[in-house]
Amino acid sequence: MSGQPTYHALNVDATKCIGCTHCMKSCPSEAIRVIDGLAVIDYDRCVDCGQCHRACPSKAFYVEQDDLTKIRAFKYRVILFPSVMIGQFHEKYSENQIYEGLKKVGFTHIFEVEQPMQVLIDSINGIIENKDTPKPVISIYCPAIVRLIQGRYPSLTENLILRKTPHNLAAHFAIEQLMLEGALREEIGLFYATPCIAKIASVKSPVGERESIVDGIINMNHLYNEVMKVIQEKNETDNSEQRENLSREGILWCLPRGESSHFGSRSMAIDGIHNVVRFLERLENDQVHGIDFLELRACDQSCAGGILLTGNRFMTVERLERRASRYPSAKDIPDAVIRVDQEALKQKLILEPINPKPHFTFGKDRIKAMEKMDRAQRIVCFLPGIDCGACGAPNCHALAEDMVNNKAKMSDCIFLQQKWVDEGQIKAKKAFLNVQKKWGTDRFKADCNKRGRRNEGF
Amino acid sequence: MKLTYNIQGGDFTHAGHPSSEVKKVLKQLGIEGKTIKNIVIALYEAEVNVVAHAWKGVVDVEIDENKITVLVNDEGPGIPDIDLAMQAGYSTASDKVREMGFGAGMGLPNIKKNTDELLIETEIGKGTKVKMVNYFS
Repeated sequence: MSGQPTYHALNVDATKCIGCTHCMKSCPSEAIRVIDGLAVIDYDRCVDCGQCHRACPSKAFYVEQDDLTKIRAFKYRVILFPSVMIGQFHEKYSENQIYEGLKKVGFTHIFEVEQPMQVLIDSINGIIENKDTPKPVISIYCPAIVRLIQGRYPSLTENLILRKTPHNLAAHFAIEQLMLEGALREEIGLFYATPCIAKIASVKSPVGERESIVDGIINMNHLYNEVMKVIQEKNETDNSEQRENLSREGILWCLPRGESSHFGSRSMAIDGIHNVVRFLERLENDQVHGIDFLELRACDQSCAGGILLTGNRFMTVERLERRASRYPSAKDIPDAVIRVDQEALKQKLILEPINPKPHFTFGKDRIKAMEKMDRAQRIVCFLPGIDCGACGAPNCHALAEDMVNNKAKMSDCIFLQQKWVDEGQIKAKKAFLNVQKKWGTDRFKADCNKRGRRNEGF
Repeated sequence: MKLTYNIQGGDFTHAGHPSSEVKKVLKQLGIEGKTIKNIVIALYEAEVNVVAHAWKGVVDVEIDENKITVLVNDEGPGIPDIDLAMQAGYSTASDKVREMGFGAGMGLPNIKKNTDELLIETEIGKGTKVKMVNYFS
């Protein structure tokens, strides 16, 4: 919703950050600057994709989450998670063992989010079949992509599919199911185990929803560790009846082509945020024709590459593909098994319109914006153009933009400084102090935590 | 504010570069999405025309408070019959160009549809000058 502050789960731990610029260079929306030797995130630009978290060599980015003890406040403690959670575990653990492990951690009910999948598939197909829908429709499954489009491709927000994601589907489904068993709504606590940072932000401050349906968020790597502490080596219990609503389509949903293979006569699936950016440029230029459905995901190998997962993404994909082959197709799951009112469930999946939030402008006043832009372009001519990042901005262009927005100075460029020292315009001491201002006084202290440190190969 | 780009005839690999750059600038100026889309589509079509038909060309963009003026001047064969070229579906593109997914005969009609003002001057054997103007809302 516009007007509401956007929640961001990513933070920088100042005691760990070594101001190395890896995060700044990897950010697809140029949202990071290094100031006083520390990475600083501009949350207006951040899309929560987590590339910085991945790129950081000193693990300085941390992700807020809710305390697991919070679940104790509820009688019915539901854990919701996408199927990639199961894909992390070694084959020697059966689904029964993993489910029992989750119960030992403290949950009373377990719902993988991709159920009942046919309800969501039908709902999305309804949108695509409508002739008035602008094509290609773009899935909102990956929240980092939604924020990227709102901020950088505002004209494409009208292509976003206004249907909620599987975690909402399963949340409503879980509530209905438990209430059929006699639970009161306020006795039910819903907790979502997230594979990524973007999902945290989207659950805490949802786009196109009035309020979040979930009571708390648990990071998937944390939950994985908790389960590994208590999981049994022997298979004793059969709890497969808890998975009778799971389908092949549901299990594969979070993987590449998990969505796109079901929709439209021509569809595409693109994973990796930089790939998505290149594609959206073309789409926005009207150079893509005849496509009905787009599945766009920020992480390489989609959610199997989620930042909060444990293990190798390709192994996770392979395990889930094998798992899916054991399950029935979503359309073959009988109504008697689904039990809840599917039409009512469908109604709950409708999202409110998603508004653009352009974040790449030089301000609202066009004349001032043009003046700024003109100045920035002239400044760029004087910068070296090697995008070294030593000024604390990701590239020379970004530095020029920061300068016209009064956030940086010409002397932040270390090449220009060298030139000025050589020309006798400034003293070497002054140039050194300039660098210290950007990078802090401790920059040149011996530090073995840099990349290529001791105990680390080159 | 002025921007200039060169286009090489036959270089389909890089067609779309000027329109992408112009789009970036217009976005940063806070121009409305619909207007940007029109300009980008028209410019891209004009670029492809140069790439598909001409030997080389230059794109000159001028942006002021109320409008954007785009001049696409090429050295090329010229357009023998502009009225015919303005008709949807009419194309003189070679089979080779069509195999690459271009040359559907929608270039000039599409430019016309997406610009507020369009002026085409052409000289057979010398080249074509296309002037496009879009006003900001």
